[in-house]
Amino acid sequence: MRAFSRSGEPFIWLTGGALAVALLMVAGLVGLILWNGLGFFWPADVLRATLRDGTVLTGQVVDRERVPGREGEHRIKLKVGNRDLYGADFTWVDEAQIAERRYLLDVAVIERTEWGLLIGTIQAVREGDRTVAAGPEASRRELERRLPAAAALRREIRRIEADDIGDVNHAQEQARLALRRLELRGTTSGPEVEALRREMAALQARYDEHATQLAALRGRATATVVVQADGGKEKELPVAQVLDVYFPNAMGPGAKALHYAAGVWAFVSDDPRESNTEGGVFPAIFGTVMMVMIMSVLVTPLGVLAAFYLREYARQGTFVSLVRIAVNNLAGVPSIVFGVFGVGFFIYFVGGTIDQLFFPEALPTPTFGTGGILWASLTLAILTIPVVIVATEEGLAAIPGGTREASLALGATKLETTLRVVLPAVLPSVLTGLILAMARAAGEVAPLMLTGVVKLAPALPVDGHWPFLHLDRKFMHLGFHIYDVGFQSPNVDAARPMVFATTLLLLLIVVLMNLFAVSLRNRLRRRYATAAV
Amino acid sequence: MVGPTRIVSEAPAAPGLLLESPMVEIERLSLWYGAKQALRDITMAVPKHRITAYIGPSGCGKSTLLRCLNRMNDLIDGVRIEGTIRVGGTDIHDPGLDVTDLRKRVGMVFQKSNPFPKSIFENAAYGPRILGVRSRTDLEGIVERSLRAAALWDEVRDRLHESALGLSGGQQQRLCIARAIAVEPDVLLMDEPCSALDPIATARIEELMVELKAGYTIVIVTHNMQQAARVSDYTGFLLLGELVEYGVTRQLFTNPGDRRTEDYITGRFG
Ligand SMILES: Nc1ncnc2c1ncn2[C@@H]1O[C@H](COP(=O)(O)OP(=O)(O)OP(=O)(O)O)[C@@H](O)[C@H]1O
Ligand SMILES: [Mg+2]
Repeated sequence: MRAFSRSGEPFIWLTGGALAVALLMVAGLVGLILWNGLGFFWPADVLRATLRDGTVLTGQVVDRERVPGREGEHRIKLKVGNRDLYGADFTWVDEAQIAERRYLLDVAVIERTEWGLLIGTIQAVREGDRTVAAGPEASRRELERRLPAAAALRREIRRIEADDIGDVNHAQEQARLALRRLELRGTTSGPEVEALRREMAALQARYDEHATQLAALRGRATATVVVQADGGKEKELPVAQVLDVYFPNAMGPGAKALHYAAGVWAFVSDDPRESNTEGGVFPAIFGTVMMVMIMSVLVTPLGVLAAFYLREYARQGTFVSLVRIAVNNLAGVPSIVFGVFGVGFFIYFVGGTIDQLFFPEALPTPTFGTGGILWASLTLAILTIPVVIVATEEGLAAIPGGTREASLALGATKLETTLRVVLPAVLPSVLTGLILAMARAAGEVAPLMLTGVVKLAPALPVDGHWPFLHLDRKFMHLGFHIYDVGFQSPNVDAARPMVFATTLLLLLIVVLMNLFAVSLRNRLRRRYATAAV
Repeated sequence: MVGPTRIVSEAPAAPGLLLESPMVEIERLSLWYGAKQALRDITMAVPKHRITAYIGPSGCGKSTLLRCLNRMNDLIDGVRIEGTIRVGGTDIHDPGLDVTDLRKRVGMVFQKSNPFPKSIFENAAYGPRILGVRSRTDLEGIVERSLRAAALWDEVRDRLHESALGLSGGQQQRLCIARAIAVEPDVLLMDEPCSALDPIATARIEELMVELKAGYTIVIVTHNMQQAARVSDYTGFLLLGELVEYGVTRQLFTNPGDRRTEDYITGRFG
């Protein structure tokens, strides 16, 4: 026994065990997220269960569990959809109650713009009062024939709303602000004001034109599809609201895989619908990545300069040690405190001052004096700056003193030495710090809630209007999206898979950004290889 | 100018030394690290285009003296210097003098090779770039010339753009020499340049010094008495911060004028 403990074997087991426990926990978490997140897009078969009392329930099985208190019995959770007809998307059924299970080939699952999934059999397609197709088979063909046109119409309406009317709105706002500016300068009449008034009138005319156009387009979509659901309930759905129709029970694995891929793509590329519980998360992806990028651009120079001062210029002593301890401990301050600081300092003080100096015409509506992507990024930059400083300082400490001496002995000034020798050699360490900072920033939610993240942002922070990058805009963020969908949504059950899918996506984005930084660092390392003598 | 009688302090003047024209003149130099005196009243002249060696037991102040010549001691906090040093006739402590200009004229090779974590080419081109050489062809010419002068060219000509840290210890030291002579200094200071090298690499660097002496004034610190005897023209023996004896190498080794020198070179010393 003593020989065994003297051999050091127990310690190896202990270290190995600790690593195994850590890995297991991480693998478990990632596995859970993967399982739930990836399963979300799979077009599951639709079960039609007839219960002993004669009730019929049609839906996708999403869960199965033991009935509490009854030995050996299970119940299943059915996603029955049709919230507008039944009042809830989900229902639990005891397996013991089920008399018959069938998978009908003609059950359709319809994704629509409102009310979540519609599950049932398609009965007819109507155009106004006229029935154009009747019976499941004919209606299905008719509906599928009409879908592309409906999608094109939706896109056209969306384009007019977003681009055309968006442009007009933007121009109107500019003109209004220009008028207000003149007014602030005391000009309330004269040729300039007249010109602006005329421009406003012209814009209003353009707006009305677009509005009529929209109404005409909307009026054109009169076709409806009639779907029969359980309990003889019928739903007449405008074809314009149908996003997708599929018949999971009739699909083979290949078709399902295709549908799956399309679902994933829609998730990452579409805007959210129905208070974020349906549709995609594209604006949140965009906001997250952009916020992290702005933060990186801000935090890197700041952190690197601070670390250079601490390590290369400051006289090492008690004061510098104190500063160092303070910087390290900054990393332990709860992130919400940074959020509060961001609100108080950046938004109210800096933003408020900017508004008064540069955007007085827009007041009392704040421009920079309210949460926005710039303030959120700055707040996170402060939050993550200790990480960058510590990593850079460690990198600087690892550069042999002889390297700096060699440069100075060649007649280089301290500045030349710092820029030409020290900085390139420390870059890999800076990137290490940046990687940690980005991971931290991408996952942070609390301070963002105070400084600029919103549940649904009307526009991306980048668009076609000058100056293209709108740092004052509010934005969406995947981390906040997870919180919002998971805990603030009216339909938590339906949204739960979205939570996992979004989490998975956030993880993926962090991993991707890190991989990019790591490969950059490895390239730098190779260039300034630090091989042994 | 330093009078002939003051060239050698406390030691019999070597006749040969008096005929040389001095490149570096040190007069009554004392140096303190804080309260601790490391150099005591040193006066000597280093002749042009000759190799001058400093020998002495560890901690006697050889490196300190060497580092005075390009003011590398400025970088250390709490150093105080008294006395005068002239390089090529100009006082290096003159407040009007730019220390970086001095260092461009007085190059240095360190005991531990310290190439930059850059490519071989960039290492050799570093000094010229600092001097403001921009043209690629000029730089290429300078790099080749200095690598040839440091007897490294043939070994690295095909890998100029690989990391200098991939070279062997001896190659790295020669690269440091190449880097130092790329700016064509007047004086080359070498602090135990061979202490980390094997006999073959040492021999190469010794050969190199002898070749370089035609163009440069070389001051070398060494622990290796044979090395001093082999390569140097003049030798100074330091003990506890004092220049005990300074003269023509052969004479100092065969017929030392001071008892302490004799003890040291015959190995009877501490
Ligand atoms: N930065 C420093 N601060 C304080 N004292 C120093 C410093 N550098 C050297 N010394 C002291 O000055 C004296 C001379 O040091 P120096 O490095 O010149 O010796 P050396 O002759 O080069 O020795 P070695 O042969 O071991 O390299 C030593 O006593 C040393 O402790
Ligand atoms: Mg030394």
